[in-house]
Amino acid sequence: MSYQNKDNMRLAKKIGEWIDRDKVIKFSFEGEDYTGYEGDTITSALWANGVKVLGRSFKYHRARGVLSLANHDVNILVTDGVDTNIRADVVTLQSGMTLKVVNTEGGVVNDKKKIIDSISALLPVGFYYKAFHSPAVLFPFWEKFIRKAAGLGVVNFNYPRITQRKLNAYCDVLVIGAGPSGLSAALMAASNGLEVILVDENQQLGGSLVYDRAGGNAAKEMLDELSVKMAETPNIKVYTGSYAAGYYADHMVPIVTAKGITKVRAKTVIAATGAFEQPPVFRHNDLPGVMLGSAAQRLIYRYGVKPFNTCVVVTANAHGYRVALDLLNAGCTVVALVDMRAEADRDQYVGELARKGVKIYSSYCVYEALPSKSKLGVRGVTICPFDEKNGTSNTANSITLDCDGIAMSAGWAPAAALLYQSGMGVRFDNDIQQFVPNSLPNGIFAAGKVNGVYNIKQRGLDGMRAAAAALQYLGKSVETINVDHHQGASPSHFYPIVMHPKGKNFVDFDEDIAVKDFINAAQEGFDNIELMKRFTTVGMGPSQGKHSNMNAIRILAKIRNLPVEKIGTTTARPFFHPTPFGHLGGRSFHAHRLTTIHMWHKAANAVFVDVGAWSRPAYYQKSGLSRIETLQQEAIAVRQSVGIIDGGTLGKIEVCGPDAGLFLERFYTGKYIDQKVGTTRYALMLDESGVIVDDGIASRLAEQLFYLTVSTSNAAAVYREMQRWLQIWQLNVGLVNVTGAYGLINIAGPKSRDVLAKLVDIELSEANFPIGSALETQILGFSARIIRVGFVANLAYEIHMPSAQALNAWKALMQSGVKEGIRPFGTDTQRLLRLELGHHMPGYDTDGLTIPYEVGAEHALAMDKPFFVGQRSLQIIAKKPRNKILVSFVLPLDYSSEMPQDCNLVIDDGVIKGRVTSVSYSPAAKCVIGLAYVHPTQNQLGATFEIRTDNGSLAKATIVKTPFFNAE
Amino acid sequence: MAYQLLKFALGGEYKEPRFFRDCQTPKKSYDAIIIGGGGHGLAAAYYLAKDHGITNVAVLERGYIGGGNTGRNTAIVRSNYLTPDGVNFYDASVKLFQGLSTELDINLFYTNRGHFTLAHSESAMRTMRWRAEVNKHVGVKSEVVGTDEISKACPQLDISCSGKSPILGALYHEPGSIARHDAVAWGYARAADSMGVEIFQNTEVQSIDVKNDQVQGVQTNRGYIATGKVLSAVAGFTPRITKMVNLKTPIVIQPLQACVTEPMKPWLDTILVSGSLHVYVSQSSRGELVMGSALDPYEVHHTKSTFDFVEGLTSHIADMFPFLSNVKVVRQWAGMADVTPDFAPLMGITPIKGFYLDAGWGTWGFKATPISGKTMAHTLAHDKAHDLIHSFRLSRFDEYELTGEKGAASVGH
Repeated sequence: MSYQNKDNMRLAKKIGEWIDRDKVIKFSFEGEDYTGYEGDTITSALWANGVKVLGRSFKYHRARGVLSLANHDVNILVTDGVDTNIRADVVTLQSGMTLKVVNTEGGVVNDKKKIIDSISALLPVGFYYKAFHSPAVLFPFWEKFIRKAAGLGVVNFNYPRITQRKLNAYCDVLVIGAGPSGLSAALMAASNGLEVILVDENQQLGGSLVYDRAGGNAAKEMLDELSVKMAETPNIKVYTGSYAAGYYADHMVPIVTAKGITKVRAKTVIAATGAFEQPPVFRHNDLPGVMLGSAAQRLIYRYGVKPFNTCVVVTANAHGYRVALDLLNAGCTVVALVDMRAEADRDQYVGELARKGVKIYSSYCVYEALPSKSKLGVRGVTICPFDEKNGTSNTANSITLDCDGIAMSAGWAPAAALLYQSGMGVRFDNDIQQFVPNSLPNGIFAAGKVNGVYNIKQRGLDGMRAAAAALQYLGKSVETINVDHHQGASPSHFYPIVMHPKGKNFVDFDEDIAVKDFINAAQEGFDNIELMKRFTTVGMGPSQGKHSNMNAIRILAKIRNLPVEKIGTTTARPFFHPTPFGHLGGRSFHAHRLTTIHMWHKAANAVFVDVGAWSRPAYYQKSGLSRIETLQQEAIAVRQSVGIIDGGTLGKIEVCGPDAGLFLERFYTGKYIDQKVGTTRYALMLDESGVIVDDGIASRLAEQLFYLTVSTSNAAAVYREMQRWLQIWQLNVGLVNVTGAYGLINIAGPKSRDVLAKLVDIELSEANFPIGSALETQILGFSARIIRVGFVANLAYEIHMPSAQALNAWKALMQSGVKEGIRPFGTDTQRLLRLELGHHMPGYDTDGLTIPYEVGAEHALAMDKPFFVGQRSLQIIAKKPRNKILVSFVLPLDYSSEMPQDCNLVIDDGVIKGRVTSVSYSPAAKCVIGLAYVHPTQNQLGATFEIRTDNGSLAKATIVKTPFFNAE
Repeated sequence: MAYQLLKFALGGEYKEPRFFRDCQTPKKSYDAIIIGGGGHGLAAAYYLAKDHGITNVAVLERGYIGGGNTGRNTAIVRSNYLTPDGVNFYDASVKLFQGLSTELDINLFYTNRGHFTLAHSESAMRTMRWRAEVNKHVGVKSEVVGTDEISKACPQLDISCSGKSPILGALYHEPGSIARHDAVAWGYARAADSMGVEIFQNTEVQSIDVKNDQVQGVQTNRGYIATGKVLSAVAGFTPRITKMVNLKTPIVIQPLQACVTEPMKPWLDTILVSGSLHVYVSQSSRGELVMGSALDPYEVHHTKSTFDFVEGLTSHIADMFPFLSNVKVVRQWAGMADVTPDFAPLMGITPIKGFYLDAGWGTWGFKATPISGKTMAHTLAHDKAHDLIHSFRLSRFDEYELTGEKGAASVGH
């Protein structure tokens, strides 16, 4: 039998309500069936059905109902079995929803974990820092329980991947918040010709005009008038049901809509974000049935739902009176209005309420809400005289009133997160007891409640003032508008906190933090607002302090006997509301590059490997052969006849202009000014500390044109670094990254000349085109650059051509080499081939600290040049002893133990002396060959050292000369 | 302490004393002054008092204790570095962490979860092997593991990363742990305070008085304080302090950002790091996923968040865990990191007598909190760098003896 009262709380139709009563929606909650209307939120539909226990609190598992109905009722999180942590207060009801409350054991009404509430005295603030750690061996045991208690909803591991779209939008003015000030600001800006984007998190425009009506029609009429104007104004783009997630540099504000994120870049931003109503703090202020006045109003006017049958309004501002009038209008019995202020508001509402028979208790407080027997609702309230100056209540003269609910209106906290993020400076305005903007960055404006303006007419005017300021900022000539400073009683009470010896007077509903917790935290020295936040966790829950930070600041100010301004606020970080991964991550771009020969490789059974963004064949799988066997066959083909590899991924950069040679002389370690046209030179790139970054080949194709090839994975970085240095040196040089524009095919092996010769008109003989030659010629009728290289074989040619022609060239070469048995090979084979020749590869055989002296690259250093990047460092390093040196080694011909792997360590007497960087079995050398760093004292030819293999055994390696085999 | 709680629960008064005194007026002089009341500065104060009997010490904190990077990091503790010097140093830190809750009598929620550094490419696998080899050699538990073992520890992980960058294996580091970072600062503060160290919050050092290359004292917003020894432990602000003594260091400030989700029931038991995807993620004892990325690639001196950070990070995490699509990120934040050219810290003595540096903490400062405190205390007490931090000395940059941790530290949480 469920506790949930099944009163029908749905009111007769309200003008302007957001629900469509013709469309009935069936759903279930905690196993029971209910109906609501289209336009209801989950919470409003449940409340309409008389269901009041909607969730359980995180820490003590106390029953909770409606608090704000404004996206910070984070105790009301439900799951539909697919999604979790659904915020029932704002999520629209859908047909067929089967809802359960998260984080309960045995359902929301009978949650077994409520036992924690009765032992809460054992769990004062920060208790977990003082428990479970001693003895240390038991902590893992306790931790299991702690982790079980942690968290809210259970994640659904089968939830689909969602990648929401992202859009960019641009405007003159972005107005955030569509209440009276936001609407007025948008209209004013638009009517002066600006492009406006207006965003509001609610489903419909109007802000508090929708529901804060004081039982009358004035607010509704104002809204209707503004709505008519909105309809007539074309240049306002409206986003409802969408929120501004944060403010980022240069007026970039991501707008989160149901469908995805729109990144708005605005010339100016007007924050008309309003204020969050703040609860007064008294014992049991968290019971289902105790809610903010604005929440009661939202229920009535948005959803046609009666908040209470019989209620008490506790207030400390004029708003509470308006709430009482709205409640009367909705047919609620208002037993009493309890005003915490010594000088209660003497404006129009007092008389009106009295006429309607509501008893007003001035200088009274709600001392405590009285729980019903089941502790699941309110049965009444104890009120007593209250001395607001001292914050003391006179319990001797308390009165008990029967009611089933309490509406609370004690003040506001500005919804200023975005303004803080933009760099706003604040001051505390004592007249309204609120932090207000003191200084705003250029192009940022605030209007309405967030700017400290509460009078309804003035709020509209304040929106226009902000719009006028934005217009002026954009260079339009408009008259400045002035807005009156707040008159009359403060909209917020300076200390709406009622002490109770038994506590349970909650400040933060997310985290179940009561007043005493703050006092205790301060007593322990956590008396700075940031420390207090971290120790008590106030404001760290999913609502991010929207209803709790301001009261926390007031409590700390009181404890420390300081003005609120001296306490300051905690930092407001994005996001304004928690934002899903599927939105933030959204559709992403993963660069994936293929050469124009890719499909050929695929058809030839290539096994691909990713190199940066590129896909490259590692080798071409032959059925029945292992990877190693395949590599070795490919290598043998190159050694004995001819092989072909797609090198299109290599970085290719053209360096041209009168200073091209000079630029390269500074950028690389070698000499280029005197390099002859038609020749190539090795290009070794260092950073300023002398560390090897990359290497490649510089071909001089014309007096003012060098063509650089650099390694695939470094191409972008090398090009970027070239651009950076060019900026600094200001030479007359042009840089073009032609990596994607050129295809590159490398054919290698003793027969490579014969194969290529059939396709070109030039004389390729050793005498005419020796190693180190480069030229431009025609191949298959298009122009190509041919470079004689020696990285994988002594006889090899790189053919560079427009990438669109690469496949044709590849096929022609394959055709041309049929007789020679030409065989394609991949990067894994390429690594073996260059290893056989003893060539090291930057990034593979070097690391982030390797200098040329350690890899035997002294020959590449033109130390007699006036300057090159890294030269000065090398001059210093040259005088220092070496720590390690790269050597070539072989294992014994009959070696058959555990095969050493790259990065196995070189160990001498238990000390790390170096590591293996490349190792492989070489079919040409017929033994295991490799490169390794060893200590410089051990680098003589014929010396031996030990490599520790994966299984711990030591392999004895001998230092040898390269190449590792007798080259052709 | 737990007994106190029970007494309180049974109706007693809340007798918990202050964690540390509310110091307002500094003395005229101290034996040592520590600039920066984060984990490092407070730990140094604690070990100065405990190991060396030097208790006439003031910690000067510009804001509130633990308010800098101590409170902004993602609280991962590990020692699977690349160089033997790095591994030894962080291993000593892990060992101190393991006994720290007991030593400081505060539950730091130090929880051993195991740490996987995922490799998505052959070259990453090579680096993992290198790290594992060095770690094992120095006695630290690290292993290269295959995807089966990763899946066993984290069955929810999509090994193919949504088909975009398949995982080939990982470096598994068994001692990898997380801790409650704020509590580390509070615990050290309380313990140091109980031995006589004075902690001043809201106290800003405005200048450092140096005569004849010897520190004489500091000028603060609470007046001049004489001292012969000053320790700068202000990672993220180091250039501001070194400028006061005209000391040149190669440190630049780069932002480091992080974010956190709504709490959910714990399911992620391990710590996962991916260098290729630039992410690290673990689940806190509150049930939040705590997520971070690599340093932002530019120098900036503020703690504003950027949107592209969170876009990239969430996209990559969703590649790993596609089912998180509707889980929400609650909060993002940024810290400022001291970054050195070799991704190793900058610690020890300086050419200025009595001026000591505990800096260059990049993205790896929290995990070093205990050992940096201990070794810096030793360094101050003996005016000579502790052996464990010899490789991290300032002069290494002039001497071309860099430490070479780039491979292990860049996204190495």
